[in-house]
Amino acid sequence: MLLITCPYCQETLPEAEFTYAGEAHIARPADPSSYSDEAWRDFLFVRSNVKGAHFERWRHFHGCGRFFNAVRDTVTDRFLTVYKAGEPKPDLAKLLEDAE
Amino acid sequence: MTVIPFDFRPGTLVESAGVSIRILMPKTRLSLRARTAAVPAISRALGVAVPEKIGQRASGEGANAETEILCLGPDEWVLLTDVEQVGTITAAMDAIYKEHPHSLVDVSDREITVEIFGDKATDLLTLGWPRNPLSVPIGEARRTVFDGASVVIWHDSETSWRLNGWRSFMPHLLGLLVTGCRELSAE
Ligand SMILES: [Zn+2]
Repeated sequence: MLLITCPYCQETLPEAEFTYAGEAHIARPADPSSYSDEAWRDFLFVRSNVKGAHFERWRHFHGCGRFFNAVRDTVTDRFLTVYKAGEPKPDLAKLLEDAE
Repeated sequence: MTVIPFDFRPGTLVESAGVSIRILMPKTRLSLRARTAAVPAISRALGVAVPEKIGQRASGEGANAETEILCLGPDEWVLLTDVEQVGTITAAMDAIYKEHPHSLVDVSDREITVEIFGDKATDLLTLGWPRNPLSVPIGEARRTVFDGASVVIWHDSETSWRLNGWRSFMPHLLGLLVTGCRELSAE
C-alpha cells in the first residue's frame, strides 16, 4: 500500500483513505465551442502517460475530502512532492534534483 | 454469526474481558461548512473556540458543556450537542449569517455512534483501520476509513474510543467489531 501525505491534513496516511483522480493541470477550455474536434478530443482523452515523474490529482476521500496534486514516479511509485489544489506546478528539474 | 439489529437501540452490544462496545444515546449532529475567515465570529456565536487544525476538537463550558466541535477539513466541522441546545445554536448562527455565510445542516439521523472501551479497545480498532491508532492523540479525532466505510474515530482516553459511521454501514462495521471482540477474548 502507498503512503500518501495530504497537504491539507499534513499527515502521511495509507492509500486506502485516498482516491486517484487522473492527470493534474488539465484546465478546461474557457470557450469549448471555439475548439476543433481534434483539440476537444485531446482535451477529453489524450493524456501524457509518462514513464517517470507524473503530475496527478488525488483526493483525500476518507479524510478532509480535499483534492490536491502530487508528483509520483510511475516506475518506482515514489512521491516526489504533494501540493494544494490551485498552487503553481512545481519545477520538475528541481524536484528530480532534490530527490537524488 | 451475530446478526446486528438495524434499530440500533442504545446499550451494550458486546461485553468481553478485554473490550466492550456500547451503542450511545442519540445526539444532535450538525454539519458546518464555512470559510476560515468566519471562524472567530462562529466561535463567539457558539461560545466554543472552533478548532482550525484538522482532527482537533473543542468542548463548550457551563450550559454548553455537552457541545463538542471537531474540525474535519479546511472548511468543514461537525458539531455534537444535546437536542435542547439546537435552538440556541441555530439562532446564534442565524444572527451572523449575513456577514458570514455558512451552511449548518442537521445530520443527526445519518450516523450512529458506538463507544469502544477496555484494555484491548485499541487492538480491536486495528482490525479494520489501516493506520496506527496511536497516531491520533488522545483528545483528537479523525475522519478516516474502516474496512471500506468512511467513519469518524474519536480518541477519548487510553482505553476508550468512539466510532461513528453512516447508519447503512453500521451492520457491517458492528458485525466486524463484534467478531473481533470474540477473537480478542479467545486469546
Ligand atoms: Zn486530508
